[in-house]
Amino acid sequence: MKQIFSQYLRPYIPRMTIGLIIKFIGTIMDLLLPWILSYLIDDVVPKGSMPLILWWGFAMMICAAVALITNILANRMASRVAQLTTKSLRHDLFTKISNLSCRQVDRFTVPSLESRLTTDTYNLHQMIGMMQRLGIRAPILLLGGVCITLALEPALALVLIATMPLLGGLIFYISRKGIPLYTSLQEGIDIMVRTVRENVTGIRVIKALSKSEYECNRFSRVNEDVVRREKKAGITMALTNPIMNLMLNVGLTLVIIVGAFRVNEGLTQPGKILAFLTYFTIILNALMSINRMFMMYSKGSASAKRITEVLNAEDNLSIQQGFSKKQENDYIVFDHVSFSYQKVEDNLTDISFTLKKGETLGIIGATGSGKSTIANLLMRLYDPDSGEIRIGGRNIKTIPFDELHQMFGVVFQGDILFGDTIKENIDFGRRLSLNQISDAAKYAQAQEFIDSLNEGLDYRLTAKATNLSGGQKQRVLIARALAAHPDILILDDSSSALDYRTDAKLRSALREKFKDTTTIVVAQRISSVMQANHILVLDEGCVVGYGTHEELMEN
Amino acid sequence: MPKGPRVTPEKPKDRKKVLRRLWGYLCRYKGMIIAALFLTFVSNILALIGPTLSGEAIDAIGTKAGEVNFKLVLYYCLLMLIFYILSSVLSYILSILMINLSQKVVFRMREDVFQKLSKLPVSFFDKHQTGDIVSRISYDIDTVNASLSNDLLQIATSIITVVGSLVMMIRISPILVLVFAVTVPASIFFTKYMTKKVRPLFRNRSAKLGELNGYVEEIITGQKTIKAYNREDYFIKKFDVKNKEAVDAYYNADYYGSMTGPSVNFINNMSLAFVSMFGAILFLLSHLSLGALSSFVLYSRKFSGPINEIANIISELQSACAAAERVFRLIDEEPESADAINAVNLTNVTGDVETEHVKFGYVPEKTIIHDLNLHAAPGKLIAIVGPTGAGKTTVINLLMRFYDPDSGEIRLDGLNINNITRKSLRLSYAMVLQDTWLFSGTIFDNIAYGKKGATYDDVIAAAKAAHIHSFISRLPNGYDTFLDGEGTSISQGQKQLMTIARAMLLDAHMLILDEATSNVDTRTELKIQEAMRTLMENKTCFVIAHRLSTIRNADTILVVQNGDIVEQGNHKQLMDKNGVYASLYRSQFQ
Repeated sequence: MKQIFSQYLRPYIPRMTIGLIIKFIGTIMDLLLPWILSYLIDDVVPKGSMPLILWWGFAMMICAAVALITNILANRMASRVAQLTTKSLRHDLFTKISNLSCRQVDRFTVPSLESRLTTDTYNLHQMIGMMQRLGIRAPILLLGGVCITLALEPALALVLIATMPLLGGLIFYISRKGIPLYTSLQEGIDIMVRTVRENVTGIRVIKALSKSEYECNRFSRVNEDVVRREKKAGITMALTNPIMNLMLNVGLTLVIIVGAFRVNEGLTQPGKILAFLTYFTIILNALMSINRMFMMYSKGSASAKRITEVLNAEDNLSIQQGFSKKQENDYIVFDHVSFSYQKVEDNLTDISFTLKKGETLGIIGATGSGKSTIANLLMRLYDPDSGEIRIGGRNIKTIPFDELHQMFGVVFQGDILFGDTIKENIDFGRRLSLNQISDAAKYAQAQEFIDSLNEGLDYRLTAKATNLSGGQKQRVLIARALAAHPDILILDDSSSALDYRTDAKLRSALREKFKDTTTIVVAQRISSVMQANHILVLDEGCVVGYGTHEELMEN
Repeated sequence: MPKGPRVTPEKPKDRKKVLRRLWGYLCRYKGMIIAALFLTFVSNILALIGPTLSGEAIDAIGTKAGEVNFKLVLYYCLLMLIFYILSSVLSYILSILMINLSQKVVFRMREDVFQKLSKLPVSFFDKHQTGDIVSRISYDIDTVNASLSNDLLQIATSIITVVGSLVMMIRISPILVLVFAVTVPASIFFTKYMTKKVRPLFRNRSAKLGELNGYVEEIITGQKTIKAYNREDYFIKKFDVKNKEAVDAYYNADYYGSMTGPSVNFINNMSLAFVSMFGAILFLLSHLSLGALSSFVLYSRKFSGPINEIANIISELQSACAAAERVFRLIDEEPESADAINAVNLTNVTGDVETEHVKFGYVPEKTIIHDLNLHAAPGKLIAIVGPTGAGKTTVINLLMRFYDPDSGEIRLDGLNINNITRKSLRLSYAMVLQDTWLFSGTIFDNIAYGKKGATYDDVIAAAKAAHIHSFISRLPNGYDTFLDGEGTSISQGQKQLMTIARAMLLDAHMLILDEATSNVDTRTELKIQEAMRTLMENKTCFVIAHRLSTIRNADTILVVQNGDIVEQGNHKQLMDKNGVYASLYRSQFQ
């Protein structure tokens, strides 16, 4: 929280100060009103002067108007500060997330990064606005209210002050008890939603196995649980209002009783009691606001913590010096590479292979055998724990990221398309020419289906391209990978949804048009890699076979 | 996910009908409702009497020292205390009552929706998005709930408070009440103006925020790709645009939204100023006692509160009605048609499947299967092949009666399947679908799902047959490992193997395999095929697969293209025919 304040709010300190001063004036006006009322009754009315009464009434209206204008003005200034702060904070956070290494992304997890960038920044936005609006108003109303009442009539003020800690304590206690109950309610709702979701997605299985009744019972139990949690939370929180009202009214009654004694002794006038009744309401509301602010702040600071955690994450992939370039014939070299994601068990153990420029490597192996990991390491999305990876004789740790990544065209397993046109998805912000894009679509065997669309390349995909079939998606992705004519092409299980004919056509297009491109194909089916120059067979991170298709068949 | 304020009260189409049905839910608890109304009335009246009592007490104090009538002051104060305590206790009891009532209604509604869901045909789920269905049972019902537990009471309270305090104020001083002839219209006019002005702004704010969230979700999931192509800066620039739109929309909504608080405050302050001024004059003219003035001030505060709230309550009620309508619409969906009256409960299935002139389309205008004739003798293997999206699952949908054919007949053991109970028909198949479905529960529960009373040994045997036993036993909790909804810790291939194990456990006489092994590596797939072979003995099997090797030894191959079955025969026949199948087959080894 401190970091957010010092880093992002500092530029707005002058603006905030002005805003706070304006707010201060407005709040004082609110406080003046009941005071004028009591003055009117106790001092002006006895004088019996009608014009004077009208004049003071007019003064009250002026106060009300000033309060209106200043409060609106200050609120708007606060909104502006919140807007600008959030904008730059979000920008920085997004930039930072974009530059996180894959290992860091794995550690934070994607959903968590998402919610930090959305929910958490939203919470902060709300909090920064709210703090400026209430942060000054509530304390002033509270302190000012107490001061004025003390000045007006110290004894009555003491009655008021005596009830306050009790009230504040109670509200604080209830909300402290209530918050975990609501968290638990949310968990219950999550379980319910999950149950419904499971039933919708598994409807065929459930119907096939005639488990509808079983599922209904399962849902009933979940439903009962949600109801139980909600009742508990609701009944606890429902205490707040009656207690507040009771406290307020008991306080008012006490003010009258004590006031009666004071009036009797000639120490005070009844008009002051009247003013007190109003101040009491103001102070009570201020107390409520402070309670709300407190809740808001704790929510906001939790969010701030989650945001700064990301902002302060250290870069763990740096460009290194001191490796000399080797003269070697091979273009891509894996030299005794071992790697582990969790640093517990090796995901890849002692992998070595070499590829000449223009050659193709096929990698096959069981699920989880480490096929995709090899591709990840080659692109330096992760650094190997030991061993060395060289491209063109240079250790990839010495190649600047923009240069390194420029070499690749890649389709990841389950790669994604964005909610944009097909053209934009292939271009991917690289400003390729239309020729390059349509050629790539042709080589990727995507042209046929693109032509069948009315808008052609300008056809707009939905998010995650739900309006394309699996095979169409893969073809667009492959077109993206081919479009810039990369030095190295990585296809990670990227033709699984293509039928054999299309897959074969794709392979022959690659052979003809991408002679100089060194290709790595990760595949499940042998036919996809049969013609590769080398085939690497992986099992649990170890090489169990390496050679051409024919060589491997002999084993 | 941040939720903007509720700003889009969709208008229900037929409000009366919706309200009548809602009342149907409520009137089961008539006793509670009557009690609630009674409590509301009493506690509010008690609270309303308070200011009168305090006015009396202030009058009893008088204005001069030494003249205080303590007996009277204390008497009124004691009354005040009793009234206030009673009122608070009653209102708390009322809250508890309302929470119980609304939870009962909500529980019933959720049950109704879910039970309806379990009776709906598969086509409903194919047509509706999961998120939409989920939001009806959670968000929509919640909206109704919030409205039931808050708004109804609030309306009752508001009416009693407004009417009550108005009556009290008129009793104190009819002339002074005229002040409100100015301020009440002002505040109504203002609230109306503000809602009109602000609502689209808040709607825009939610929309822009939603857009930003969607964008972020998209980009972060694709982050690896962006990194690999070195496009970080490009996407940061695009993000900045969305970000600016979102914060600007927020600011615009705030710009007007932040007027509301001060303005409502202003109107209240103006009332106070008027009441003070005229009250003081009346006091001066001895038309009004000091105590009466004080009660009047207190009543005026009570009076203006609900009026400021009216707009909010109305819009909340409207969205509750719209939400209820969406819920009712789901409850009114047509359920899966009942089994025929004389439907047979199949027991000893031999697995002889026959289709005759079957014609089918998902929508009436578009027939997909024109004329399917097929005979699968017991123990035969039927393979369905064709490119992605060609409609291979359609055949399965018909066999399992997830959908009914438009014309023609499907027979199982010589019986038209329309004359067989759905339950026994479906149970005679074991099914492994392409989309693996595991629910949140232990691995044991998931594998044993289809077989009542499956023992540990049964499950282990099935897991062994599916080659997943050794993986499961390596897990720290073995078969008791709890799978959360998404089964994150388990790979796609492993999930698939578990659903295969589930199918292996069934005593089914027929097997449906929908690309079941497409996510399993070649080596494991071979093993599974072996296991399946033994399992499939004397069972009729329908297999959908891309892999021609899997189905080369099928007895009958159905070749599907553009939804229709274009070729039918065994491998040799189809190769000789040199048609679609032959070219599909050859492309594998081109």
